[in-house]
Amino acid sequence: MIATMGLAALWLAAALAGLQLIGGFLSLRLPGNPLEPVVRPAAIVQAALVAIAFICLIAVFWRTDLSVALVVENSHSAKPLLYKVAGAWGNHEGSMLLWVTVMALAGGCVALLERRLPERTILATLAAQAFVSLGFYAFLLIASNPFARLDPAPPEGNGLNPLLQDPGLAFHPPTLYIGYVGLSVAFSFAVGALLTREVSPAFARAMRPWVLGAWIFLTLGITAGSYWAYYELGWGGWWFWDPVENASLMPWLAATALLHSVSVLASRNALRAWTVMLGVVAFAMSMIGTFLVRSGVLTSVHAFAVDPQRGTFILALLAINIGAALTIFALRAGTVSEGERFAVVSRESALVFNNVMLTATLGIVLLGTLYPLLAEALGSQVSVGPPYFNPATAVFVLPMLVVMGIGPLLRWRRDNFARIRPVLILPLIVLAGVAAWLAISGLHLLALLGIALATGLLMIALVPLKGRRLRTVTLPLWGMVVAHFGIGVALLGVACDSAFSTEKLVAARVGETVAIGPWLVRLGRIEPVAGPNWTALEATLAASYSGGAPHELKPQSRSFWTPVQQTNESAILTRWNGQLYTVLGEEADDGRWQLRLWWKPFVTLIWLGGVLVALGGALALLGRVASDWRRAIASGKIAYRRQRQGRG
Amino acid sequence: MTPAPTPSRWALWLPLGLFAVFASLVLVGLLRPADRAVKSAMIGRPLPQFALAAATSMQPGVARADLADGKPHLLNIFASWCVPCAVEAPQLRALRARGIDVIGVAIRDKPEDLARFFAANGNPFSRVGADNVSAIQFALGSSGVPESFVIDGRGIIRYQHIGDIRADQVVMIAARVAEAGQ
Repeated sequence: MIATMGLAALWLAAALAGLQLIGGFLSLRLPGNPLEPVVRPAAIVQAALVAIAFICLIAVFWRTDLSVALVVENSHSAKPLLYKVAGAWGNHEGSMLLWVTVMALAGGCVALLERRLPERTILATLAAQAFVSLGFYAFLLIASNPFARLDPAPPEGNGLNPLLQDPGLAFHPPTLYIGYVGLSVAFSFAVGALLTREVSPAFARAMRPWVLGAWIFLTLGITAGSYWAYYELGWGGWWFWDPVENASLMPWLAATALLHSVSVLASRNALRAWTVMLGVVAFAMSMIGTFLVRSGVLTSVHAFAVDPQRGTFILALLAINIGAALTIFALRAGTVSEGERFAVVSRESALVFNNVMLTATLGIVLLGTLYPLLAEALGSQVSVGPPYFNPATAVFVLPMLVVMGIGPLLRWRRDNFARIRPVLILPLIVLAGVAAWLAISGLHLLALLGIALATGLLMIALVPLKGRRLRTVTLPLWGMVVAHFGIGVALLGVACDSAFSTEKLVAARVGETVAIGPWLVRLGRIEPVAGPNWTALEATLAASYSGGAPHELKPQSRSFWTPVQQTNESAILTRWNGQLYTVLGEEADDGRWQLRLWWKPFVTLIWLGGVLVALGGALALLGRVASDWRRAIASGKIAYRRQRQGRG
Repeated sequence: MTPAPTPSRWALWLPLGLFAVFASLVLVGLLRPADRAVKSAMIGRPLPQFALAAATSMQPGVARADLADGKPHLLNIFASWCVPCAVEAPQLRALRARGIDVIGVAIRDKPEDLARFFAANGNPFSRVGADNVSAIQFALGSSGVPESFVIDGRGIIRYQHIGDIRADQVVMIAARVAEAGQ
């Protein structure tokens, strides 16, 4: 019953998307046509219907309704409730429903709230949004119906991939999806603006909150995903340049570039065509990301999500949406006038530099991710890893970070370096000092550059606050400072991890003590333990930091039985200055146990930095939305007064 | 002031062109699914010389000559301590039932553990050799257990299968063995 209701709501929502599409596009040719007033309500009702469908899916997972095929494949009555519910979107069909749900809710919000742009631009935007949505509705209803039934219902479900039974992973995909889909709104705005030739600061201001919001979620998603891979895969690394990781990094890079160019357009009316282009690219990267994860065209640690036929469908959607948008861009961008000009030394130039570097990094990552495919088409098999990605991205990222420090100090339009020289001196001295000190200690070049640059960035990021009374600093400025500071923090973590980490693989007897960095780790005992759907061997380690009181760590080697799979549960001890990371391996034949130990000084700064960056984004978003709100209320009052005066 | 560059007409089509290149590339990748099987450097090469003692009292051991007797064989590398090997056991029994000769190499194992493993999972092997130092495993370019090799009648490796043989792969493996026998 619930499943049927969900399916019906989904079909109705798709029909409304069709209405929204036709009404919106007709208004371009036939302004004032009778379908026009229907477009906004259609978007709003559609959002409500899809939300109902999504709630229905959660309900069937909650109750483990085994007449629904998706529940049978992905759930089990013995699973903890959190994972039953998370199972609703922890699979292909459910995650696609989540995608259209977020998309419809975003479209509904635009229809309900957006009043600043000309009505025909909004209608074109909603039509573009409906166009993209319809593709996904078709995908859901034709090729991956989440509510498909099984008759007769089997007595038990098939469980969930045990790697996915983790609270972090229950929330990681939705976070990324909200980010991806938020970029679809930016995409629709870009197409709408191109179609109606309304690429203006008002357009940038309307699009900015969506880009910011999407970017915050992408930042959080990537940060959380990186931490998940770090502690769950048990390899001690935090970034593997895996295709799926790259798939989430690429939209982030494009969104970061877009975020900055949107600011230039909103406040300086420059970079018009470029901003529109980035709007298209950012969503293209989101769809490419989804495509790479779902199609299995590239092999990766995320191979659980693979299905080539679905890949073809997503590729078709990608080709239609992005191909159409880029064609419109090619036809229309020539008619978008160039906008305001600016001097070589100006904040605009710094932002353009940032955009070019981000785009170049994006290109490097995209090329590296697709290169195995290219090589395969030419008949050889290669895999591209950190030896390519690390130096190739560093070439662009390091100069960009330098400009990230200086750019916010420059004025709009025109400036000169002499003016900002005094505030640069202190960070430069510190940077040089750190570099000299590190050079003596004989570090790897990239790590050295990273630590020195990070220290300089941490100082210079705070300079924009200098000479201001902190109470009067606006939220968007706070946001920028916090986000840039966060980048410095993350960079410091990355560089420290690569410079100072130590690793040890030992075979230890029970009772034996192993030294790693400043730690002494004693293997206490090994015992079997049982969880809800797994059994494990658990080691008890007593770790003491430079002779201090011992802390207990319990790494496990787990065996799941539905489906049969083994995982290593690492145990991590966090101190203010780093993490001790322990993994229990196999038993060797003479009663010794493999232990893999890492001491990673300051590694936590990586994720702390990521969270700070997202927090910066949230502050900026809050500031923008609050000022938009105030402006809307003020203009509402003026309109009300005028109306009364008109009557009086 | 520098004039903001005005993109020329053809440059505006460049993004679409790049996207078309990308789309056709992945389309090729999708339509021609890559052979996910590991291309072993050993395929087409003769087996190295080896002779392993019997791992249990139930079956004889294995030497290279046993695999080059004119008939195709499936050489399965396994261990009683390996969970996927237990999962794979029914598939090996099914291959055995199809008349395929399955020869085992037990890695770092003990006779009593093997006896327990066979009692629980059945014994599809005609011979089981004991490789207590993983020597053969390394010589074959195998990285873990379980792994299976299709050996033709002349002792040449025809196919390497990494990981357990799944139920839906039994037919494929049987076909590989039949192919090696021609």
